[in-house]
Amino acid sequence: MVPTATISTPRRAAPRRVTAEPPFVRWLLIGVALLFLGLFLVVPLAAVFAEAFAKGIGFYFHSFNDANTLAAIKLTFIAAGIAVPLNCVFGVAAAWAIAKFDFRGKTVLITLIDLPFSVSPVVSGMIYVLLFGAQGLVGPWFIEHNIQIIFAVPGIVLATIFVTFPFVARELIPLMQAQGRTEEEAAHVLGASGWQTFWRVTMPNIKWGLIYGVILCNARAMGEFGAVSVVSGHIRGQTNTIPLHVEILYNEYNFVGAFAVASLLTFLAIVTLVLKTWVERKNTALRGAEN
Amino acid sequence: MANKKNSVLPGFKLTLGYTVLYLGLIVLIPLACTFWKASALTWDQFWHIVTAPRVMASYRLSFGASFLAALINLFFGLLVAWVLVRYQFWGKRFVDALVDLPFALPTAVAGIALTAIYAPNGWIGHWLAPLGIKVAYTRLGVLVALTFIGLPFLVRTVQPVLEDFDREIEESAASLGANRWQTFWRVTLPMLRPALLTGFTLAFARALGEYGSVVFIAGNMPMKTEITPLLIITKLEEFDYPGATAIAVVMLVASFVLLLAINFLQWWSHRHYAPV
Repeated sequence: MVPTATISTPRRAAPRRVTAEPPFVRWLLIGVALLFLGLFLVVPLAAVFAEAFAKGIGFYFHSFNDANTLAAIKLTFIAAGIAVPLNCVFGVAAAWAIAKFDFRGKTVLITLIDLPFSVSPVVSGMIYVLLFGAQGLVGPWFIEHNIQIIFAVPGIVLATIFVTFPFVARELIPLMQAQGRTEEEAAHVLGASGWQTFWRVTMPNIKWGLIYGVILCNARAMGEFGAVSVVSGHIRGQTNTIPLHVEILYNEYNFVGAFAVASLLTFLAIVTLVLKTWVERKNTALRGAEN
Repeated sequence: MANKKNSVLPGFKLTLGYTVLYLGLIVLIPLACTFWKASALTWDQFWHIVTAPRVMASYRLSFGASFLAALINLFFGLLVAWVLVRYQFWGKRFVDALVDLPFALPTAVAGIALTAIYAPNGWIGHWLAPLGIKVAYTRLGVLVALTFIGLPFLVRTVQPVLEDFDREIEESAASLGANRWQTFWRVTLPMLRPALLTGFTLAFARALGEYGSVVFIAGNMPMKTEITPLLIITKLEEFDYPGATAIAVVMLVASFVLLLAINFLQWWSHRHYAPV
């Protein structure tokens, strides 16, 4: 970084810039913005923990001492554990093909990869019911062979893959396009194999983008509700993920239980935001160092 | 279909082949299957299902509340982006990170939290109840939930444009005699228009399909507080697959139109507003 010379003038002597608002307007705008964010974001966040601890800390932990809750936590980890790595591999492959080569239909391909984001979660789940359900297109064949997909774990995994499909790809595609292909070409010309080029040259360059995509992908995978709800069948202890378990507890008027389990997901959301901010900082720092 | 040009790098066939295969299996074939299923209905049957009074009421609520929520976010999203880019205040970094909360918080959690707050005995609800304002289990509740989930779309599309904004343009407006409000209204705001429009469309599209955060707060009364995604679920639970498919096709067409609109907006803003 090149140090820039600044002319320092005493602060209080500086007149207000022509492109700045008067202080009272400034504070009014900040005040209204913070009030809005407080009302819409902070209050719901606080409400989750307030409700979860409404009957004391003992009751809070008691909520987790339940076989169905533990089964829901396990299923959420299974679904995210399969969906995130698969979408990760897909994201890297798609970004490699799109960023390192020229071919016709590239723009269409990028749009199609983003498609799952514009489909309603409910419809995302429904398409698999139409395909693999008892009345579905290929469902009867699977049922004949004793493979249950809908109202079972495979359906939940499929729906989770669908809703988190673009996360890693859409992070890596613009990043790898911006980085170009000269570094890889140099490595290749110097005799590195394809895998060596990828692991030693590309991977260090895309590491933070990849981590960023994985963080967002995982948060959505663990928190998805609508799509999973359609394919799950809501069988307690078997096909309920954490968000679905929250719904069941809530509908049974077990509010403390529902918010206690929801606080797990809220904690996940807070960790996601912290990690996301940290990776963003890291990224800007790296880019700053390069310039 | 594809020709590999100007690249000595390996892995083209492998990565593109895998990309197309995975995309086809997970996304394209299941989606195409939905349209194929719907085509089993005659046009009359299809039309009858998708224009039934209960379905029409759900469109009015879904489209209307999504539009209003995106409008609220248009105003507050611009305000939040403005404050975050232009002003310094204590806790700004925290506020900046917090804006993404609706992206990160699972929708079901948002749903039950908002319901708890706005219920007649909730933190905010008990202040509104004496005024005769009911939020939870009404259309207003739907609006609150959709505003919550749409906010980051506006802030995150406007914020980068505002960060790259050339302040000299504002300075020249000021030096030509415009006051601060005129500069904002006549100079700054028109430059932000494409970003605002894109953010608005993104928030609207997201709100249209939203399910998790709405079902808890809406009350889900047919004809009154029933959103279209919920109606699809109801039909599925009744094993009325043709009905669910027909409504889903309407929703899919709406999302595709919005997706095209977003792509067009980005292309248009790039063409007309790209820095020279």
